[in-house]
Amino acid sequence: MAENKVKKVAVNTKINGEEMDILVDPYVSLLETLREVVGITGTKEGCNDGNCGACTVNLDGRIVDSCLVLGVEVEGKNIETVEGMATPDGLHPLQQAFLEEAALQCGICTPGFLVSAKALLDNEPDPSEERIRHWLAGNLCRCTGYDKIVKAVSKASKESK
Amino acid sequence: MVSTSENKNYKVIGTRPIRHDGYDKVTGRAQYGADIKLPGMLIGAVLRSPYAHAKIKSIDTSEAEKMDGVFAVMTSKDLPRLGDVVRGNSEESGSEKHLSENVMAFDKVLYKGHVVAGVAAKDQNTAFEAVKKIKVDYEVLKPVINVDQAMAKDAPILHEDYTGDHLGKKVKNSNVAAHARHEVGDIDDGFKKSDLVVEKEVDMQTVHQGYIEPHSGTAVWDEEDRVKVWTSTQGSFSVRDSVSKVLDLDVSRVKVTPMEIGGGFGGKIPIYLEPIAAVLSKKTRRPVKAMMSRTDVFDATGPGPGGKVKVKIGIDSEGKILAAYADIRLEAGAYPEAFIEAAAKCVFSCYDVPSMKIDAYDVLVNKPSSAPYRAPASPQVAFATETVVDEICEIKGYDPIDFRLMNVAEKGTRTALGPKYRTIGLKECLEAAKNSNHWKSTLDSNPSPGKKRGRGIASGYWFNIGFKSSVNLSLNPDGKVALTEGSTDIGGSRASIAMQAAEVLGIAAEDVRPSVVDTDSIGITDVTGGSRTTYATGYAAYNAAHKLIEEIIEKAAIKWDISEDQIEYSDGIVKSKTDSELKMTLKEIADDPPGGPIVSSASVDLEEAGGGFAVHIADLEIDEETGKTDVINYTAIQDVGKAIHPSYVEGQMQGGAAQGIGWALNEEYFMNEDGVMLNSSYLDYRMPIALDLPMIDTIMVEVPSEEHPYGVRGVGEPPIVPPVPAIGNAINDALGLRLLSTPMKPSRITEALKRKK
Amino acid sequence: MIKIFLPYKIRETLGVPTEIEADGSNLRNLIDHIEDAYPGVKEYLVDEGKLKPGMSAVIDGKTTRLGLIHKLDNVSEIHFLPSIAGGSE
Ligand code: FES
Ligand code: FES
Repeated sequence: MAENKVKKVAVNTKINGEEMDILVDPYVSLLETLREVVGITGTKEGCNDGNCGACTVNLDGRIVDSCLVLGVEVEGKNIETVEGMATPDGLHPLQQAFLEEAALQCGICTPGFLVSAKALLDNEPDPSEERIRHWLAGNLCRCTGYDKIVKAVSKASKESK
Repeated sequence: MVSTSENKNYKVIGTRPIRHDGYDKVTGRAQYGADIKLPGMLIGAVLRSPYAHAKIKSIDTSEAEKMDGVFAVMTSKDLPRLGDVVRGNSEESGSEKHLSENVMAFDKVLYKGHVVAGVAAKDQNTAFEAVKKIKVDYEVLKPVINVDQAMAKDAPILHEDYTGDHLGKKVKNSNVAAHARHEVGDIDDGFKKSDLVVEKEVDMQTVHQGYIEPHSGTAVWDEEDRVKVWTSTQGSFSVRDSVSKVLDLDVSRVKVTPMEIGGGFGGKIPIYLEPIAAVLSKKTRRPVKAMMSRTDVFDATGPGPGGKVKVKIGIDSEGKILAAYADIRLEAGAYPEAFIEAAAKCVFSCYDVPSMKIDAYDVLVNKPSSAPYRAPASPQVAFATETVVDEICEIKGYDPIDFRLMNVAEKGTRTALGPKYRTIGLKECLEAAKNSNHWKSTLDSNPSPGKKRGRGIASGYWFNIGFKSSVNLSLNPDGKVALTEGSTDIGGSRASIAMQAAEVLGIAAEDVRPSVVDTDSIGITDVTGGSRTTYATGYAAYNAAHKLIEEIIEKAAIKWDISEDQIEYSDGIVKSKTDSELKMTLKEIADDPPGGPIVSSASVDLEEAGGGFAVHIADLEIDEETGKTDVINYTAIQDVGKAIHPSYVEGQMQGGAAQGIGWALNEEYFMNEDGVMLNSSYLDYRMPIALDLPMIDTIMVEVPSEEHPYGVRGVGEPPIVPPVPAIGNAINDALGLRLLSTPMKPSRITEALKRKK
Repeated sequence: MIKIFLPYKIRETLGVPTEIEADGSNLRNLIDHIEDAYPGVKEYLVDEGKLKPGMSAVIDGKTTRLGLIHKLDNVSEIHFLPSIAGGSE
């Protein structure tokens, strides 16, 4: 049967500092592109409709739900995911603080929270509790009640100063 | 932290090491259910019923089969048809049949989202397109979506072939799968002697566990009829059992490898997609992975039962409870099991009552088959009981903590099901609540025009199961210990289990490396659920560590050629009791031990861990115009027995409280009369976000359980029990309104305020 | 003698009093003695030589995991109860 064959699109993009050329179907989300085409699965799917934040990535300095962005939209852009946070020298202070403060239980929400929180601390080194809660309002966590996540972000902000 | 145990000098227990699996989880390396990719893997998708109740007349899959990129299509014809497994009386009858029908409908769909067919295709998009081409001819029936509809005369019947058990009588053609009763003492006499009798009925809407990771299932069915399954589950062995039943295979033909699990709360005990992926793999001889969308998760998994609970309590003139009655009607969903026995066990669990009677009904409705949700059925019944207790205190002017202390359940108190309590710590929790800064603080009841504040308190219980667990230890040549276990780790249990082995061995928590392994690699281990993991698998680790020490001593005896009773072990050193020259570190003994490597294993099958109680205090601020409710202060107090890793114990307490707050204020299955859930997305099924909650203070009370060497009790479940009534009681304190339905959402509050005026 | 409490529905169906007394060296043996006094009870409690699925025995506050082979030393009361499903973390 003749399906209307849609052609894949070549996209040049930078992911965690590494420039790459990838081929994506034009209807596929950035989330699926990262997970299925690029093959990095740290970015998680919780809802696929922009309401949980598990898929949060940093796109040219802004945090976005990668399930709401198309893979073809990232031509020429800079994407940062959870996989890009630690360096060969060690964890990012946020990652370290999440471990020390027990800010994760199941951990499925953690990549999204880390990417969101990093964007906050990149711009505001010393946010208040209120500000942290506002900033993280787009990330759902069902396990922790947020208490330890908020504390971990606050701790990382103090330590990275 | 309040502790009644003399502070034993633990070296590892009670400390807060970084969890062993933490690094993988903060770097994105950890592999969850959907992250698996196998060579040649196909993607599975399923067709779900748009109707909540219908007969399947025919299914035409021919168009889907013809599509490019489609490798296989299946229906329930491809599954063995399991007969009613009637094991004696009807209690368990049909459970295997129901297990398989819930995976894929045979003759009838019983809820919207019930699976009717499956497809394996080259990619997700093709699979979705193919599913749309499957044609199903339904005869649509009227659904019943709550207990009143289901129990009404002439209600449409879900299971014509099912025999219900009504107080021992076998009943056909009823949506009541079971009616059970428990009785202690004479309530008629108790109520007659009562000075005050208060009765309330609460109505709870269906809720969902809401774990962020949707379900998935990946399988390979090989030429030898062996099925390998990878899935995110609370129990790899229960998946093995269920999959082998549904596929009619011996259990040893099924091997389940647990992936990391992105939350469960009870909802990841049942199986859904695993057998479908397996059958599609059998047809294609390729690995098949199937995943759910968030809407699928809401429509077809979970939920925690809704229902109605009526509670009546009578007290004498001194405030002593004389009699208590409960009528509990909970939604089982499409197949029996609404946790009514648990409900009965929990409903009056916090009180010492001389006469009690409970009628409990397990009611079939056209909703997805209920799964356990954190202390299943306990929040539903606590809402009723704790509201009645609050009302008694209000009428009589009792302090709510003093009233509870006066009637407190303790060791030796007879419970509603009959047995007496062993050591429990409710009294200590209530005292800790009374002494807390939160309870002692004052709350400004009217902080600004149009805003009212109120404080509520409630208690709750879960009984904490035991069951089977297995642990293997192996001493590595560097003196560190590898630990393998079968309990999937949802929230730090690798750490809490490894820490118990480390404590016995007297080495650092980091020097015990835990791995969660597949069902072929460890002895049977029951689900991570029922708050049993740190207790039971931890107990197995404790026993295995003691056996490892025996092994170490045995090998040292051979090496030194002295008798074993001349040798002692402590803190990683094995030494002669008499000759100070004879001494080895773990590394030294592990280096080429005589007679082979040093290993041990242990398994347990335990009784209940000893009940866990929680007391929560909630302060609310309510906007009278909009009905918006903010939780401004919250304290969770709980008897945790012994906190192995206090951070993760606090985390369980905070997480449970947060889920309970969501349940109280926002969460519900909003269904139309056709049985279609209208809010099946996170946008509309509104779970608490960071902005909705205050810091949740925790007070861990430690009354050690009699059943565990370190006194561990389960901690995961009690904290979801008190929040709903604590919030209801706080609303009453603020507004003088008893809201008796969940969720106590803004519109309910404003309507009730209007009615009051 | 050990105090025995049977589930409501068994008492109701077979007309057994709320509280009865029996003795036995283990659970199997005790159930046989109950059966002698109240014929028909055993069928509700035992299946294929095991404690029936869906039935549990609580011996002085602890639910036995051994079933019929559980030895009864110094026991004061036993409750037979429907076993409880559920649980989550
Ligand atoms: S998966 Fe993108 S927001 Fe939930
Ligand atoms: S840790 Fe499980 S969802 Fe956040």
